[in-house]
Amino acid sequence: MIHFSPAELEPAPAAVRAALGLKRGVEPSPRSEELLRRALDLFRGLAAPAAVVKPVTAEEFATVFAGRGGNEPRAPLAGIYPRAGRLHLFAFTLGEPLGAEIGRLFAGDFALGAVLDAVASQAAENAARVAERWSESLPVPGAGDGGPWRCFLYSPGYCGWHVSGQEALFAALRPETIGIRLNASFLMTPLKSVSGVLVAGPAAIHRLEASYPFCARCTSPACQERSLAAPPA
Amino acid sequence: MSILNEISQRLEEGDDAAVPRLVGEALAGGLAAKAVLDDGLIAGMNVVGGRFRDREIFLPDVLLAARAMYAGLDVLKPLLERAGVASRGRVVIGSVHGDLHDIGKNLVGIMLKGAGFEVIDLGHDVPAARFVAVARERDARVIGMSALLTTTMPVMKEVVDLLARENLRGRVRTIVGGAPVSAEYAAEIGADAYGYDCAQAVERVKELAGA
Repeated sequence: MIHFSPAELEPAPAAVRAALGLKRGVEPSPRSEELLRRALDLFRGLAAPAAVVKPVTAEEFATVFAGRGGNEPRAPLAGIYPRAGRLHLFAFTLGEPLGAEIGRLFAGDFALGAVLDAVASQAAENAARVAERWSESLPVPGAGDGGPWRCFLYSPGYCGWHVSGQEALFAALRPETIGIRLNASFLMTPLKSVSGVLVAGPAAIHRLEASYPFCARCTSPACQERSLAAPPA
Repeated sequence: MSILNEISQRLEEGDDAAVPRLVGEALAGGLAAKAVLDDGLIAGMNVVGGRFRDREIFLPDVLLAARAMYAGLDVLKPLLERAGVASRGRVVIGSVHGDLHDIGKNLVGIMLKGAGFEVIDLGHDVPAARFVAVARERDARVIGMSALLTTTMPVMKEVVDLLARENLRGRVRTIVGGAPVSAEYAAEIGADAYGYDCAQAVERVKELAGA
């Protein structure tokens, strides 16, 4: 089981400021700092983190990954997961109350709502990192090949995995048990939720050369981290 | 410092207590509501928009300024309505069908109101036909669409195509935005403009509306 401590999930103020567009070297205004303080207080009071995780074999994941057949013809994940040492399906949510509060604030105090939204988004990113570290902390079976294992979360909608893959992922994982639902466009509610497959193995298996057509549109901060973590052999 | 400059200054600072008080004082001093709007509130928001575009300030500062602008508008609105002062135009906005993300769209709406537009926010998960129907019924000049998913982006094209089928393309202009959307995609589907962020979206809407 993965334990999510609020302290691990709570984003650093600097990360929230950066996500909201504060340029390096620019001093935030006292009023915006007060907003951030209030947003972090709300986050601490409302976040109700919950996760579900399930080990799968590469063969089992192949069915999940295939989904409705909408993946890109060349998808990096297709070459990564068969070389993994360990795979876990994973879903996480910060819970309904936080999302509801963001919506409520947008109808009134939209400035606070936007900052709380940014705090929650960063916290959801942090949850993915916590899950990756959890997977890395598990014992490596046999003699670890290629140095210490690295784990990264790959999600439907990224790395050539079509977003409709959520359907098969949900069928295999049942995140409904922790309150995550899927709409007809394969979007999760509560919105501050993440899902995907935790792929653990030698660092080199994660190496991505950003040469795929969809890479140009990708805004995932995790991708660059992946490339840096696994330099070309 | 004139009271209009002071309104603009306090708005830039996001002081939502001082702005409505100063607006009241300006009106009591005999200034016309339209002058307070244009030379106080909108002037201040223009400065804020420019500083945001140049990344001298960041989003929370813009939203605090917008909150102060709204507080000032609450005081002005009855007078503006009584005087028959028109907005810079009506803009229909929404996140397209299938998309539940609406934070970016909300920010654009807030900025557009701050720029003097009347905003009709249809929320999220909005079908193409609804965008077009509301734009026609409310005589809107611009439709702004947001999508955060590649799977929902095609709805933007549906709206553009529907406007063409209903001979509304010349009358109602379109602007698109959202994380997976690009200027190239906007051109490809025949949208009139693309907004990279909320500040740019407002500038483009001003151009489209001829405001």
